[in-house]
Amino acid sequence: MKIIVCVKQVPDTSGKVAVKPDGTLDRASMQTITNPDDLNAVEAALKLKDETGCEVIVVTMGPPPAEGMLRELLARGADRAVLISAREFGGSDTYATSQIIAAAIDHMGLENDDIVFCGRQAIDGDTAQVGPQIAEKLGLPQVTYAQDIKKDGDSLTIQRALEDGYMTIKVKTPCLITCIKELNEPRYMSVGGIYEAYEKPMEVYDYNLLKDNPLIDVNNIGLAGSPTNILISFTPPQKGAGQMLEGADQATCDKLAGILAEKHII
Amino acid sequence: MQNFDSSNVSAFKDVWVFCEQREGKLMPTDFELISEGRKLADELGVKLVGLLLGDNVEGLAKELGGYGADKVIVADDPRLGVYTTDAYTKVICDIIAEEKPEIFLIGATNIGRDLGPRCAARLHTGLCADCTHLDVDVANYQDFLRNNSVLAEERITKTDSAKVLGKPHDVAKDLKMTRPAFGGNLMATIICPRFRPSMATVRPGVLKKGAYDETKANAVEVVKAGFELTDADLQTEVVEVVKAAKKLVDLVGAEYVVSVGRGISSDVEGGIKIAEELAEVLGGVVGGSRAAIDSGWLSADHQVGQTGKTVHPKIYVALGISGAIQHKAGMQESECIIAVNKNAAAPIFEIADYGINGDLFKVGPMLIEAIKAAKAAK
Repeated sequence: MKIIVCVKQVPDTSGKVAVKPDGTLDRASMQTITNPDDLNAVEAALKLKDETGCEVIVVTMGPPPAEGMLRELLARGADRAVLISAREFGGSDTYATSQIIAAAIDHMGLENDDIVFCGRQAIDGDTAQVGPQIAEKLGLPQVTYAQDIKKDGDSLTIQRALEDGYMTIKVKTPCLITCIKELNEPRYMSVGGIYEAYEKPMEVYDYNLLKDNPLIDVNNIGLAGSPTNILISFTPPQKGAGQMLEGADQATCDKLAGILAEKHII
Repeated sequence: MQNFDSSNVSAFKDVWVFCEQREGKLMPTDFELISEGRKLADELGVKLVGLLLGDNVEGLAKELGGYGADKVIVADDPRLGVYTTDAYTKVICDIIAEEKPEIFLIGATNIGRDLGPRCAARLHTGLCADCTHLDVDVANYQDFLRNNSVLAEERITKTDSAKVLGKPHDVAKDLKMTRPAFGGNLMATIICPRFRPSMATVRPGVLKKGAYDETKANAVEVVKAGFELTDADLQTEVVEVVKAAKKLVDLVGAEYVVSVGRGISSDVEGGIKIAEELAEVLGGVVGGSRAAIDSGWLSADHQVGQTGKTVHPKIYVALGISGAIQHKAGMQESECIIAVNKNAAAPIFEIADYGINGDLFKVGPMLIEAIKAAKAAK
């Protein structure tokens, strides 16, 4: 049994965002982190490893510096890491990306008792599309928005969050599950783990390794192969800097309430 | 799905909306999408079709007609009563492969965002997630850019064409799907020029529901879909559907939202009490930043922000919230933002209409009194 966890390195949006004068994002000046939901996916895998002793493989597609993130996840307890990286993969939309990652998973070999975990969505694009699309390419059943997972033999019982409650779903392995933050509390790296992280295997899957995989059509990857195109990206107009009210006393509050009443919004 | 070719763009016609039902009731997003779909269908000069899956749901079709659907295709089967990825994806993709709509819209609910990507991958087409604005007509789209971007006019006028595979491509017939990225700091308009249907999931609560027309409701054409579905198609089993025990807070629909953040840490109970009282005076609800939810001060249904809810109330009050971009992403579209924060440099003041640099534990109660008095004086 093995668990494959798909992860992504993303700019940190909990701090201040940096936008270049031309309106595009200044990624270089922003800190990168492991996508938050992906940490819950890694934790779900490590919990099952604690119970069953199974192997946990973390896999990401990205530029070479993403190796640093993979090392951190090895330090948390993953056993192996795979970095999918090639210029030909750059500019892929979710359709193209899922095809490449599905081919990488297929290359690893998916067995009957294996599970694929993903985070629900990455905070840079917020699409939540790559997980389900990998499942489709691999022909696996999917359960998204997992907030609770119980394993009994080859059967998983999962609570799938809805806006106003949840569904309980039974699914057999192999399957793909996307995880939300309610699922668990991710563990930290241990000192021993950090030491071991540099001894553990880190493989790189490049274009030549994956291009002949039956799940990949080389015409459908990268920027040119993606079904979607960006027509234009833009920054919304900054709301005119509002008014800082003077003081912070009852008179200030009365003045504010007066303005709101005058504008008929209270 | 045999012989289906998503790249034969000219073979596709009509605008379709996936009409989600739960327990036999239509979702609010259905009406928002039908109303928006009507606009798009008129711009293209084609029909608007609702696609409704469920168990004995034909009776819901009329209401969809009242909001603008010309036709509703109903797929009825006991296996479609409760949503499952496998059954819904199979039935929808088979019908789409047969009927070939050019646009397919889905509400970005927890179910729509499970279904959309799976369908798009099977159909080999593009999907744009969580859209907040849609256009077909280029002039309308460019007006939207004039009002909602800082783009120069010369760049706006060039949006009638895109470079696709190195060649210029006229976007007149393409659905222009606009969505926030990076927590709303960037917006992007996506097209799907080479494949159909052009698919989008649409954020609930953003597009406006139109007026209901009884005449149109009575005129709607209802068609039963032919499809094949067997138990063997289902790889998952829904054991039960559980409603949350306590009533969840309706942030998305609220006209007034009072949110608390890390600033209440010195007296969590006191801070929440102030927020509750202020919300009550305004006639609204209490929300919280990610910090407030992650610290366990409020339950997850209260979270405003990128990974929580997106709100657009008349008034949004931020008490002790610094204003990280992931929070702003969920509230910057509010009509009026009031921020109270001890830190004069807090980024929340950059987007607040009215800022008070002070202690929320002191300012909050005074604001409650002031609003009470102002309302009483009306």
